[in-house]
Amino acid sequence: MAIGVGAIAKGLWVTLRNAMRKPVTVQYPEVIRPKPERFHGRHVLNRYGDGMEKCIGCELCAGVCPARCIYVRGADNPPEAPVSPGERYGYVYEINFLRCIYCGLCVEACPTEAITMSNLFEFSFTDRDDAIFGKDLLLVDPDGTPKHSGSHYDPRSLEESGGWMRATSPGGDASYEGIPGWSADAGHGVRAAEAGQGADPADPEQVLAGHRDDVGLAGRGAAPEALDFGALAKKAGLSGKETPT
Amino acid sequence: MEFDGWTALIGTGTVVAVFVVVMLMVILAVWAERRVAAVMQTRIGPNRAGPFGLLQTIADGIKLLMKESITPRQVDRLVYELAPLLAVLPAFLALAIVPFGPGFCIGGQGTDCSGGYFVDMQIANLNVGVLWFLSMSAIGVYAALLAGWGSGSKYPLLGGVRASAQVISYEAALSLSVVPVVVAAGTLDTQGIVLAQSQYRWFLLPLFIPALFFFVAALAETNRPPFDLVEAESELVGGFHTEYSGVRFMLFFLAEYVNVVTISALFVTFFLGGWTGPYPVAGSVNWAPLFGAIWFLAKTVCIIGIFFWLRVTLPRLRYDQLMALCWKRLIPINLVYLMAVAVWVAYQATGDLPRLVGGG
Ligand code: SF4
Ligand code: SF4
Repeated sequence: MAIGVGAIAKGLWVTLRNAMRKPVTVQYPEVIRPKPERFHGRHVLNRYGDGMEKCIGCELCAGVCPARCIYVRGADNPPEAPVSPGERYGYVYEINFLRCIYCGLCVEACPTEAITMSNLFEFSFTDRDDAIFGKDLLLVDPDGTPKHSGSHYDPRSLEESGGWMRATSPGGDASYEGIPGWSADAGHGVRAAEAGQGADPADPEQVLAGHRDDVGLAGRGAAPEALDFGALAKKAGLSGKETPT
Repeated sequence: MEFDGWTALIGTGTVVAVFVVVMLMVILAVWAERRVAAVMQTRIGPNRAGPFGLLQTIADGIKLLMKESITPRQVDRLVYELAPLLAVLPAFLALAIVPFGPGFCIGGQGTDCSGGYFVDMQIANLNVGVLWFLSMSAIGVYAALLAGWGSGSKYPLLGGVRASAQVISYEAALSLSVVPVVVAAGTLDTQGIVLAQSQYRWFLLPLFIPALFFFVAALAETNRPPFDLVEAESELVGGFHTEYSGVRFMLFFLAEYVNVVTISALFVTFFLGGWTGPYPVAGSVNWAPLFGAIWFLAKTVCIIGIFFWLRVTLPRLRYDQLMALCWKRLIPINLVYLMAVAVWVAYQATGDLPRLVGGG
């Protein structure tokens, strides 16, 4: 019982100590925390610096979407007034945000960085149909500002879109993270890569080190022995050529 | 003093005053509990309704009043309806014997207040006050038990079964921790117990073990964490009040907090010297009753604060631990302590050790 009393006293001290700390929560509608750069908010459709839409209507995003919530219908660009630099453009583009799981696979799939995820998250629907955003809400303004759908939002969110896309890099290889591999955005130009993760692209040593780290070899001295499958097979009493039955 | 209109008026006034004070305390307690919990969990807590969120309880109450009171089809109607009332009524009735102050005299003279009316600062000045409190808290068990049985649903039933075992066991521990107080004070009258503790002869120090056990048993009696096995929302959905909603749920909620206030007030009465305090030393000052009430309420608020603190800190006990604590620790130790107190009191009175075993 004596141990129990000590433990209770310890617990009471923990709660008392926490009572002296500053609250970690904020008064949300009045105070909005800055979001992390890679926040998975709602999507935006980006434009090039000259105002052309990046989407080429290829439907790769719709194909990869695990929630099947993207609907794309492409159309041929009118030669006299092309909407996108490609042959086709996204004529209809809809995302159902009641189904989206914010996985970001669409962002990864997109060959032109047309679709990225913004920091906007304050949805409020009064109707299921309202949750289906069309191009009118998804497409950014010609100056690159996302349209916001609600009355309450963090103005900083309008600046940030596609942080996650830029952090993971289109190549899918961590050692290229420092190198912008994306096209310019309307209103923002070529956005800088997220700092502090990858190697300095100018330094091949660092790039290589980062690459090693990526496959888990750096910092452990010598590389572990490669597995010799032939030797293993012999140990198991199989000759190299025989297939186990 | 014969019974006339004035007596009736004074009686009614006392009841209303106590009711108002206690309701205010309950309202503040519900709010304070949430704020205390928030502060200890580095959150902010309710702060929207009124200044500092003080009106949060009112808002919650209005919400519960306006909610639909659903009656599940398989309930035992009579038992189901009776249970919330059985929770609230004993909770308030137990308050009747709590002395809020020394009492004062209107229009009379002298120490016996001849020719005037003496106002007790308690609803009923019973000479068996302690027994009244114990019996009321015993009736409170029926609320959880009947709610569990009458709901006709398995989680409330489990809660009700737990309630019957837990509260009846701790009732024994609670009573046994009060008995040393009664023995030491030599009276069952709560006012008398307070007077026995004047001049800072608080029972807390000589009767520390019973005081501690009273507090533990009080937590269990009121189904407060860490003894909230009767509700145990992580195990039993809502325990005995799972099937209750709207006004009926509010009655259970109200009863819980009234119980907390009552039992804290009684802890103060039994162990912390009740309304006695440093300023009006012997009730000589005109405003002694007022100061008495202030001391009393301040002490009570501190005890309620400890209830909240424990709630935020401690995880719920396992059921066998709960029972073991009661029957293997609290009750035997209390019995031994009671014996020791009795021997001591007898020794003080007679100057001789009582002859317990054998003649001689
Ligand atoms: S984030 Fe995932 S679920 Fe949402 S649209 Fe993109 S691929 Fe579909
Ligand atoms: S958003 Fe990207 S992936 Fe989707 S249709 Fe447009 S170009 Fe293709």
